[in-house]
Amino acid sequence: MASQPSLTRRNLLGAAAFTAAVTGFPFISRGRAAEAGPIKIGILHSLSGTMAISETTLKDVMLMLIEAQNKKGGVLGRKLEPVVVDPASNWPLFAEKARQLISVDKVSAVFGCWTSVSRKSVLPVFEELNNILFYPVQYEGEESSKNVFYTGAAPNQQAIPAVDYLMSEEKVKRWVLAGTDYVYPRTTNKILEAYLKLKGVAPEDIMINYTPFGHSDWQNIVADIKKFGSAGKKTAVVSTINGDANVPFYKELGNQGIKATDIPVVAFSVGEEELAGIDTKPLVGHLAAWNYFESVNTPANRAFIKEWHDFTKNPKRTTNDPMEAHYIGFNMWLKAVQKAGTADPAKVIDAMIGVAVPNLTGGIATMMPNHHLTKPVLIGEIKADGQFNVVWQTPGTVVAQAWSPYLEGSKDLAADWLPPLSCGNYNVATGKCGGASK
Amino acid sequence: MRLLRMLLVLLAVGFAMPLAAEEDPFAGLASQSFDEVSAAVGTLAASGNPRAAAVIGAMRNDALYADDDGNLYIQSGDDWLEARTGKKAADVDADSLSEVRINNAVRRAIAAAMGGIDLFSPEAAVRAHAAQAVFDAHDPAALPALQKAVAAEKNAAVLRTLKQAEAAVILATPDSTDADRLSAIAVLRARGDIQARARLADLTGASPAVAAAARDAMTALDREQQMWGLAQSVFYGLSLGSVLLLAAAGLAITFGVMGVINMAHGEMVMLGAYTTYVVQGLMRDIAPGLMGWSLPLAVPLAFLVSGAVGVVIERGLIRFLYGRPLETLLATWGLSLILQQAVRSIFGASNRDVTTPDWMSGAAQWGGLTITWNRLVIIIFAALVIAALMAALRWTSLGLSMRAVTQNRRMAAAMGIRTPWIDALTFGLGSGVAGIAGVALSQIDNVSPNLGQGYIIDSFMVVVFGGVGNLWGTVVSALTLGIVNKFLEPVAGAVLGKIVVLVLLILFIQRRPRGMFPLKGRAAEA
Repeated sequence: MASQPSLTRRNLLGAAAFTAAVTGFPFISRGRAAEAGPIKIGILHSLSGTMAISETTLKDVMLMLIEAQNKKGGVLGRKLEPVVVDPASNWPLFAEKARQLISVDKVSAVFGCWTSVSRKSVLPVFEELNNILFYPVQYEGEESSKNVFYTGAAPNQQAIPAVDYLMSEEKVKRWVLAGTDYVYPRTTNKILEAYLKLKGVAPEDIMINYTPFGHSDWQNIVADIKKFGSAGKKTAVVSTINGDANVPFYKELGNQGIKATDIPVVAFSVGEEELAGIDTKPLVGHLAAWNYFESVNTPANRAFIKEWHDFTKNPKRTTNDPMEAHYIGFNMWLKAVQKAGTADPAKVIDAMIGVAVPNLTGGIATMMPNHHLTKPVLIGEIKADGQFNVVWQTPGTVVAQAWSPYLEGSKDLAADWLPPLSCGNYNVATGKCGGASK
Repeated sequence: MRLLRMLLVLLAVGFAMPLAAEEDPFAGLASQSFDEVSAAVGTLAASGNPRAAAVIGAMRNDALYADDDGNLYIQSGDDWLEARTGKKAADVDADSLSEVRINNAVRRAIAAAMGGIDLFSPEAAVRAHAAQAVFDAHDPAALPALQKAVAAEKNAAVLRTLKQAEAAVILATPDSTDADRLSAIAVLRARGDIQARARLADLTGASPAVAAAARDAMTALDREQQMWGLAQSVFYGLSLGSVLLLAAAGLAITFGVMGVINMAHGEMVMLGAYTTYVVQGLMRDIAPGLMGWSLPLAVPLAFLVSGAVGVVIERGLIRFLYGRPLETLLATWGLSLILQQAVRSIFGASNRDVTTPDWMSGAAQWGGLTITWNRLVIIIFAALVIAALMAALRWTSLGLSMRAVTQNRRMAAAMGIRTPWIDALTFGLGSGVAGIAGVALSQIDNVSPNLGQGYIIDSFMVVVFGGVGNLWGTVVSALTLGIVNKFLEPVAGAVLGKIVVLVLLILFIQRRPRGMFPLKGRAAEA
């Protein structure tokens, strides 16, 4: 009930801005914009609790992007105003804060979340209030919501190419899938297991291991990996180990003398930021698969890094993949707002599909009808200075598959938010929307 | 002098002659294709060029650069050396150079090449290392060099590794004879570790007799590994137990002796870890040569920092809450959040890099046991901390007063002991010990504001299981939990293992609510 008058008011503002933009009276438009006030953007990242280690950086990069855009005059003649809230790594609180951002602060879009569980927690809020969420982290896929734009990688943009690389370049025959025990590693490993078996890997050549969050005693697991790798076939570890557990894991690898030349570890959740807390010398040669590395030498990336260092006043702050995702997402949102002539989320959602902006690695990111991006896939080896040496990359960009073709429940599903389909889980076999799973 | 040099050059050329008389041995090193670079490393090593070792060594250290024309330079401090001659290169434009990129395949080629070169190093340690590298690479091409090295070797330990490397290479060579293979299998069987097993498992295309011998050797190795595995699990358990013990030792004082439910205990550990970080940062600036001593130096400082914070907490908060456990629990929990956020605001949310001194890195191989140094040091350290704590409680006057106050507060006060002061010091002691634990934990875990949270539940578990108020109980309980955990983990997995331990613990506490070693007598009822 309370949201009713606000909606009308926002529509009015949107209409005003729209008219101004269309009729092309910059002065009038600026005058009205002042009445309308700035466009608000919600930033929903944990600034305290366990996830603060990763998410604080994303809050900072959003503030930097918004500040830079305001220096250029904002968008549609209106300034942008960030609204920062702290969901404190508490999943139900994410939903509460999202509701507050949309209903009370009346933001036009929200950039936020890191873990899948936090995204799942805010999803109903965004769908109910019809607002926009930009989700910047690589994730397990199997989802496509009308109100969410997934600017991170889907499994086929990270996990599958990484496995392909290990198979072709490192000639890996035996696989350890090690992950933290929650939804992202479990789904990714399920996809990878199906994919590996499809490629002819025998079940006894796949070892799957899960550990609790924040696991710190890796002694026997690392010893098990060492033993598993002594069967005479080239072995690699595919790691979906999350967050804090990585540092003790890599330390144990180094101490037990597992070198990348013997058993390489390819990680999907370890970036420049995570390596900042470890002595990387014993880890040289271990791999990570991302869609962006700080070490990529392009003019756009050099400019971005310089801007970041200036903004944070810290020449040592690293950049990472989710930051690039926010950079792309924010620029796409700006373009869509200009295209729609309004910041009204309902209209911006429709304008988003097909928007293309340059990414930081020298390519173009396009928003596809399944609300995911086209991305290049890069494989990097850890260097002694904590940066990555890009040893392989896809020739062009890869289109995301929201639903994995390797999983029984999702292989018939497709996401397409363009009319006439306008559906996030269209079942190709039955020809019905919402035919998830069966 | 000149004659000698000429002789050397002739020798080198003679070495290179049969392989590549005309070809440039340095060609292909700056290629963009990793396959070409790997091949080029092999060619260069085999060319016998006197600069080969220096150039390949520079590659390994990321110090080899190339310009656009393919000229190679080695970075040495601020200077640039011409790779082919080793002479200092004048006016090199560093911006026009790009690092010769290497990946794991190139790294393997480098290790194999350096192994071949280092086999003839004058230092025994380098030769042993090289022999191991050749073992890992087991490239059939290395056999002639290896046999020469075996013939020349005087050092028994190096000779053993060389023979093992020879055996690995023989097994990997397709056309070696059955007799050679059988003796190679015997050598690997005697080596007895999992790397040897990997070489045996890798054997393909062998005659039935050889295959049977390899199978027998592998079965024997597996049986041995199983025995060692048991001992290894005990070591892992002791190591986990010592970590639990360190984390819980401080709590055994504050909770066990004083009865304060201190939810901010983990944050005292975290403060200790951050003290280590700060100490290392300062030492890096002031005395970089003494970095190896940073940990011993951090121990007393962490004790003082966490201890001081503990005294302040006791005086400022806890003394108003004695006898009200629920309020204490809530207040200290709030305090823990405040401390975490304070550290996050001061140091930032990301992990801090605490370096491990060289004497704590790596591992020793003892039979089938892998003993990692950092774990061993922590086990010894935990034993020392507990011994010191027990000695302090037993033999110092402060310890005497503490025991007096906890046993009978009013009687102690009547004897002239300032009980509030003793309370503060006891709490400070417990917190200080937690700080010391932080120094050790900084070596195996993240130094982040959340460090303490991961240990608070385990610490309470250890103290309650061991029996509140009993240090020996804490020791036995920590080691028991560690070993039980490590024996359950391979069977049940890390997640289920932890659950099983908790369920067992709940059942145990149901039967014996006061833990393994409850305090007896009147003191316990007070």
